[in-house]
Amino acid sequence: MIRSLLVATALCLSAPSLAKTVTVAPGADAQERLQEALILAEPGDVVELGAGRFDLVDGLSLDVDGVTIRGAGMDQTVLNFAGQLGAGEGLLVTSDHVVLRDFAIEDSKGDGIKSKGADDIVYYKIRVEWTRGPHPENGAYAIYPVESKNVLVDSVTTIGSSDAGIYVGQSENIIVRNSVARFNVAGIEIENSIGADVYNNIAVNNTGGILVFDLPNIPKQGGRNVRVFDNIVVDNNTPNFAPEGNIVAEVPTGMGIMVMSHYEVEVFENRLAENGTGNILIVSYTKGQDDPNYNPKPIGVRVFENIHGRAGYKPAFPGGDQLKAAFGGAIPPIIEDGTGENILIGDDVAILSMGLTAPGQPLTEAKPALIEGATEPFDGRQLTPITLPEAMEDAIR
Amino acid sequence: MRLLLSVCAVLGLAFSAGARAPQPVADAVILSGGLPKLLSDYRFFKDGAGWQPNDRVVPYRLNMPLFSDYAEKYRFIYVPPGQQAKADGDGLLAFPVGSALIKSFGYEIDGKPRLLETRVLLHRADGWLALPYVWNAEQTEARLKVAGQRIPLTFNDPSGREHEIDYGVPNKNQCKECHALSGAVTPIGPKARNLTHGGQLADLARLGLIDKEPAVDYRVPGWGEASAPLNDRARGYLDVNCAHCHNVNGSASNSGLFLTYEETMPVRIGINKRPVAAGRGSGTHDFDIAPGDPDGSIMIYRLNSLDPGISMPEVGRTVVHDEGVALLRAWIAGME
Repeated sequence: MIRSLLVATALCLSAPSLAKTVTVAPGADAQERLQEALILAEPGDVVELGAGRFDLVDGLSLDVDGVTIRGAGMDQTVLNFAGQLGAGEGLLVTSDHVVLRDFAIEDSKGDGIKSKGADDIVYYKIRVEWTRGPHPENGAYAIYPVESKNVLVDSVTTIGSSDAGIYVGQSENIIVRNSVARFNVAGIEIENSIGADVYNNIAVNNTGGILVFDLPNIPKQGGRNVRVFDNIVVDNNTPNFAPEGNIVAEVPTGMGIMVMSHYEVEVFENRLAENGTGNILIVSYTKGQDDPNYNPKPIGVRVFENIHGRAGYKPAFPGGDQLKAAFGGAIPPIIEDGTGENILIGDDVAILSMGLTAPGQPLTEAKPALIEGATEPFDGRQLTPITLPEAMEDAIR
Repeated sequence: MRLLLSVCAVLGLAFSAGARAPQPVADAVILSGGLPKLLSDYRFFKDGAGWQPNDRVVPYRLNMPLFSDYAEKYRFIYVPPGQQAKADGDGLLAFPVGSALIKSFGYEIDGKPRLLETRVLLHRADGWLALPYVWNAEQTEARLKVAGQRIPLTFNDPSGREHEIDYGVPNKNQCKECHALSGAVTPIGPKARNLTHGGQLADLARLGLIDKEPAVDYRVPGWGEASAPLNDRARGYLDVNCAHCHNVNGSASNSGLFLTYEETMPVRIGINKRPVAAGRGSGTHDFDIAPGDPDGSIMIYRLNSLDPGISMPEVGRTVVHDEGVALLRAWIAGME
């Protein structure tokens, strides 16, 4: 009670007038009516989207703090961007304390929903989908928070992104949970970010299930402190359909969880199976780069208490077939390139090292060999769980 | 009564030249907290048709304009009486509160100029505000359209080619997407280095709209100014057409591609830079600029596209600027 009073007071202080609910129904002129509602909204307002299909011709955007956009459900309220003429995404959010919930974005020409510099943002029960299924001309990211502090992605569904379904980039303090990613190139990707918990998600039928990456020549670098746990990461064998030139085009088809050039990552209690290349891959940045501020290696990665099903039966990287034959039909479910530092693996499965000695070294120079993991089971939980401001959790209670 | 008023308004035009001074620009409207419904509320123009600037509303032009679907653009600066904008070397003029920048967009249709929209940037006490006004078919009134508008349009570009487009009037948020630095709205165009055309800075100083004529060390040439160095023209083109988003505090800050005139790091202007979040905007290419290989450069691919998921800039372009692309192609082709 005290907490909700405090929240109410905070809203009153920031809002010039009493919060109101503005309802927008589908139908003629949906573009103008909805965009106008988003522009004229005031802090604390709810913009309520009626059930049905909104046929939109341009990207939408929200730049007012403290606004909630709420639909009638992720299958009831659909923002259809098949006829989109302009803008790089379906919906762009550039303000703080925004809650997006209970609606769907379909067939946007670029990204689905992008939130940039939008702190304390909540995505809840949102569906973003390219309805034709995997296709290289689908938009890159379905859910795309970037350069933001405090990000909550909960109970969303993403389908068909030509890059990543849920992509959190250059952000801090992130939770991605209870969500489903299917038929994307990358199901969930945390990139160049600090502090993320990714848990209780289902990543199936992607090219790669869950990626934790840190890339060079990006304003925010030094990705660290990411926990990936309690996820189901199964059957991620959709052939990579990312446009070349993008880093995810490098993800081998059949990947479960992939960690690339990152500090402090914990991967535990996940259920991984039927990923043709491997369940877990830990590598350095694979391309040449000359960024003096960049660490290309994975440093401080702990893998433990995961449950592994079949994997490695269709390794999709150069030399994979020979390796598969050498291992009698399937390579080990955990693979590292050999360049990482402080990599601790406690799972009771075989581990393959590619025996590389430097980041960027070509796989043709690999010296693959089985390596020993931890001799005893261990508890690698060292990172602090992510907590978000209470108002963000309250928004979805 | 209403009839009488409108008769007076018509006669007023005839009398205004001799009988009484025209009403000055409505400073109170610029400074108000609201969203004025009509462009005429500001009285930036003496006529309803948006062609005759009022006192202290001074036309200006840029050496290198932003490409906007070959629209003709008519730009005006307004600085309130008794005040001046401050010149700061090559950079953006610093306008006092109460100033406004006005930009009308139009085409010659059937031999007659037709205005589509007028965008205003108002410097209010709490910062700049950008608003779009759309002209009616009769060309007598421009009305606020915060949500923007698509206007079907057929026109011929300067080389005579016909284009049929859905011209996009940006919505208020899209105005800000380009005009935002660290989240706050700011003017883009009136930087001294881009205002050197025809002794314009001296004129503005003489008229008292700016405090002095600044010394410009490194002016931006026009894209078609054949005598200017190719590198200056290309970098100027990128600065004017891309750098309002592609700078360290702009809407594209996360891309790491920074195209300002001042940027010196090759990778930041795209040379051998891999894309960050380009998606299919990469066009299967590895680098924003592949030196010597315009066809292998993401930059050229995106400037040549009309697909919203690929094309750059994201706002304000529905046809390809062939002349601009040719300039950048030549620039990239000449790189080693």
